[in-house]
Amino acid sequence: MDDKIKAKVMDNNKIRRSLHRMTTEIIERNRNLKNLAIVGIRTRGIYIGKRIAQLIKEFERVEVPVGVMDITLYRDDIGEIESQPEVQKTEIEFSINKKDVLLVDDVLFTGRTIRAAMDSLFDLGRPQTIQLLVLIDRGHRELPLRADYVGKFLPTSRRETVQVRLKEIDDTDEVLITEPADLKK
Amino acid sequence: MELKSKHLLGIESLEPSEIRLILQTADSFLEISTREIKKVPTLRGKTIINLFYEASTRTRSSFELAGRRLSADILNFSKQTSAVVKGETLRDTILTLEAMRPDAIIIRHGSSGSAYYLTTFCRSHVINAGDGLHEHPTQALLDAYTIKQEKKSFKDLKVVLCGDILHSRVARSNIHCLKKLGADLTLCGPPTLLPPAFGAFDVKIQHDFDKALEGADVIMMLRIQLERMQKSFFPSIREYSRLYGLTAERVARAAKGAVVMHPGPINRGLEIAPDVADSAQSLILRQVENGVAIRMAVLYLLLGGKDSENVG
Repeated sequence: MDDKIKAKVMDNNKIRRSLHRMTTEIIERNRNLKNLAIVGIRTRGIYIGKRIAQLIKEFERVEVPVGVMDITLYRDDIGEIESQPEVQKTEIEFSINKKDVLLVDDVLFTGRTIRAAMDSLFDLGRPQTIQLLVLIDRGHRELPLRADYVGKFLPTSRRETVQVRLKEIDDTDEVLITEPADLKK
Repeated sequence: MELKSKHLLGIESLEPSEIRLILQTADSFLEISTREIKKVPTLRGKTIINLFYEASTRTRSSFELAGRRLSADILNFSKQTSAVVKGETLRDTILTLEAMRPDAIIIRHGSSGSAYYLTTFCRSHVINAGDGLHEHPTQALLDAYTIKQEKKSFKDLKVVLCGDILHSRVARSNIHCLKKLGADLTLCGPPTLLPPAFGAFDVKIQHDFDKALEGADVIMMLRIQLERMQKSFFPSIREYSRLYGLTAERVARAAKGAVVMHPGPINRGLEIAPDVADSAQSLILRQVENGVAIRMAVLYLLLGGKDSENVG
């Protein structure tokens, strides 16, 4: 079953510009950048987080640490999903106590991933603040959550899928809206 | 990818890919035990029964910690605290415990095949924590995991397993596990404790410990299980120790960078010299640490899936 591509909503340039803009917003909001720590949510949140850290370094010459979070063990649907999710490592080498933690993910949808990520953060320590950055906010929230930094708001229907592809693992930078082919009858 | 069976009865029935999945999953769990808050909510609301008919400290507490760190509720039963002392049969004990609706039963029992027997009438997931002389799968898995941390690849890795092979379920599970992972395995011990029948496992058999050690990358020692020996298997403990005890001189015969392992509890000065057990090459305490991660992985893979309600 191939997914049908309905639209390409962001290309390499658009992604780069929106990361630049969000980095500026982060710098504006966080006066003490030295207290900032980035935690990328597997898989694509890691690469977006790393790019943001690189941009902060270019703009302000501040090194922001980047950690990796796997939220599998905090999912609220374990035991309901058909195929068991593969657990991967959480690798946060720094203490998050009293830090301003910037959670980074590619797509914000129901908000359940972010709920799991925040629970996981609290088990690792007590951050001073938690902020959320996403490249795409596609709506359909099931929890009272919103992102502090959004690359692009993208109204979608529930049966559509938003695919973020990044050079680091997908060889290209683009955001696509796709739809399962068999549903288009 | 998932495990095919809802139970973990032994290594023999696992595919190599399933063994690799468990080892890989354990990697993610190792980190949780180093956190300040050593707990994740994954198995919240699940009940696990630890039923130990034989003495055990490390396996029982390791399973208990593994379950607790995944937020499951754990009940511990030992032979002394169960109604077995009042004459209840194993089947009745299990049926009684099952009536309390646990999700998994972890059992250690002196009879080979007891874990399998449970699966013939149990609704819960059954995890074998050692059945008689048959298997002790989580021990072999944590051993393989510990080797993997040190040696990266099992291909052509020279492993020597020495000691009381005959009475050892750890040995049987390890033989299956290491063979499936592609290691080059040599068994060693006196002929009384390593009868020729073990040749059927497609492993090398060597009764001379010094020869077996030549070029070994991993030396796995087994405990002399005096409690299982009703008759005499060797002339004296001193003689056994002289021929099959692991000393620093013997370790020097192995390959450079060889590591020493032991499932514990160790008989210091009998099968292993104290200075070897405490040396930098010894992974004995690392094995214990890894045991929790492996058991968390097994519990997650068995109980974290969708079908935990199915009969079967």
